[in-house]
Amino acid sequence: MHSLLAGQPGVATSKQAWLNKLRSSAVESVSELTIPTTRDEEWRFTDLTMLTKVSLQPAQTSVKLSAADIQRFHIKEAENCLVFVDGVYAAHLSKIDNSLIILNNLSSLVDSQAALLQAHLAQQVASAGNVFAALNTAQLRDAAVIMLPRDTQAKAPVHLLFIATQKEVVSYPRTLLLADNGCEATVIEDYVSLQDETYFTNAVTEFVLADNARIHHVRVQREGVKAFHIANCAATLSRGSNYQSVNIAMGARISRYNLNVKLAEGAECSADGLAMISGRQLADTHTCIDHAQPHAISRQLHKCIVGGGAHAVFNGKIMVRRGAHHTDSEQSNHTLLLTDKAHIDTKPQLEIFNDDVKCTHGATIGQLDKDEVFYLQSRGVTHEHARNMLTYAFGAEVIERIPVASLKHSLEQTVLEQTSAKI
Amino acid sequence: MIYPDSKTILEVRNLCASVEGTPILKNMNFTVKSGEIHAIMGLNGSGKSTFSKVLAGHPDYEITSGTVIFEGKNLLEMEPEERARAGLFLAFQYPIEIPGVGNSQFLRLMYNTVQTHRGKEELDPLEFDDFVREKMKLLEMREDFLDRSVNAGFSGGEKKRNEILQMAMLEPSLAILDETDSGLDIDALRIVAQGVNQLANKDNAIIMVTHYQRLLNYIVPDFVHVMVDGRIIKSGGKELALELESRGYNWVSDEYKAASRVAA
Repeated sequence: MHSLLAGQPGVATSKQAWLNKLRSSAVESVSELTIPTTRDEEWRFTDLTMLTKVSLQPAQTSVKLSAADIQRFHIKEAENCLVFVDGVYAAHLSKIDNSLIILNNLSSLVDSQAALLQAHLAQQVASAGNVFAALNTAQLRDAAVIMLPRDTQAKAPVHLLFIATQKEVVSYPRTLLLADNGCEATVIEDYVSLQDETYFTNAVTEFVLADNARIHHVRVQREGVKAFHIANCAATLSRGSNYQSVNIAMGARISRYNLNVKLAEGAECSADGLAMISGRQLADTHTCIDHAQPHAISRQLHKCIVGGGAHAVFNGKIMVRRGAHHTDSEQSNHTLLLTDKAHIDTKPQLEIFNDDVKCTHGATIGQLDKDEVFYLQSRGVTHEHARNMLTYAFGAEVIERIPVASLKHSLEQTVLEQTSAKI
Repeated sequence: MIYPDSKTILEVRNLCASVEGTPILKNMNFTVKSGEIHAIMGLNGSGKSTFSKVLAGHPDYEITSGTVIFEGKNLLEMEPEERARAGLFLAFQYPIEIPGVGNSQFLRLMYNTVQTHRGKEELDPLEFDDFVREKMKLLEMREDFLDRSVNAGFSGGEKKRNEILQMAMLEPSLAILDETDSGLDIDALRIVAQGVNQLANKDNAIIMVTHYQRLLNYIVPDFVHVMVDGRIIKSGGKELALELESRGYNWVSDEYKAASRVAA
């Protein structure tokens, strides 16, 4: 048995019996599961053999970071920031302004908000059949909890910063957002690293949107180059609610992001993504947008920029259930392969159990458009520079959808640097 | 305008070009002198757009024979960017969109790149802003034009104006306008034409490639050429365009075939 699955050490018992039970049933799920292999349909293109060969332990010691150490990750628009170091909540680095919203580490809210937490925690991302989600719940201790009261409008984004500092450590970042009726907020989930050694981030994120709630979810995965990153995110949308997500994956040796969005009547979501990888990186995005009820709208633009000998995977499932009339869904997936060795496996997967729907999907895979390169050259720009600019622009189309100006700008700068596109 | 002692800007001799083995240009001969405005007219598939792309250096076309001398230099040996820096400008029929790249950033990059290669000073963002706003007046462009991404969400008319704005900034010695009138309403056409007319002077030259006579009401050519099957078969003054408009193209082809038979 792999060290990840062997014995589940060191999570202190809570006063809340339901939480202990949640963890113990997750431990049980783990005992019934194994690390998936490429023989599993859902993992056909993503080989985790490398992950099973490294020895990983939860962080035993804590690294003391100062505000200066993480200054470069600061997002100036964010008035609220929760910081987790190797999965452990760092109160001294966090900034909480509870005036509008309830925001804290799980341990601070577990007694006062027990009923709500019990009703929702681990209910969107289930442990059954999902070994990584089960492991996360089995280890559940610290977690970012955001509760938005009815009709609140949080103008400033909330920044959740997960920092990896130690090698051969596995961390279990956990986020729960409960958005009550009619509230509005932007949440940034940000995975960063202060090191280039091997480690493993196994994250679970759950969003619950009540009627008419409007949530922007920005997810930035910029882990270290030797990291493994596996994340499960689920968003459950009630009537008329709106979930706009942008997922940027740039880091990690191997990364996998599972996003499941479930839409109630009249709900609307966008699930956009950009994977920009090179060298020997692998970035796998699996999304499932579930039109469970009528009149829901979904939009998805997923782009991949694949350089070196990197490998991108995209599996975009759109499910339209029986009775989900007037479903309106659009999906597009565009991939830019920068080298002959770059590789993409992409699969749109439409499962429609209804007649009265509008579902479109399109996928393109290719190199840069010759006419576009020529246009820039005809304006005095060299061939190489033209290519770099167009590669940048390809990615920028997704980054532009991030509603936080400074983060958008810094990610654009990152893409500019990676593409050497001086503008 | 035709000037007595003007210098030759472009000299095309017996140019043949093909795309994927199919010949498109067949013995093209064409000379442009400074101060002149030329119109190349022809039906779809006549090779007129190919000709403009070949001059600008599009990689899809293979030059199989012939020469092109641009201001004394062998144009065919130059990369597209070198041609632009040397003073050749192509206004595209379909300008590309570049999301994520601000129009003002792009225009400044383009301008400074070309200026540097011409041995001139670059402009910093503030200086550039003054410079570009002055040029924008010429084309009656709104201020927010600079803040948007290059051509993204621009109307057809806005894209064409953006092309002519670039021409105004780069001050080319030879500008080729490829179907610049297509997709323009009368107002936009008038503005674009007015811009081009203000840029025309005795030291530069303009080639308009067009299907219709309409643009030529606004930018009056000194010469009109008819292109059929990859070569120019008839040249004349501005009245030729009117004749083509009223009589179509067939008579020109017939006349040319008859003349060819006589010559043979």
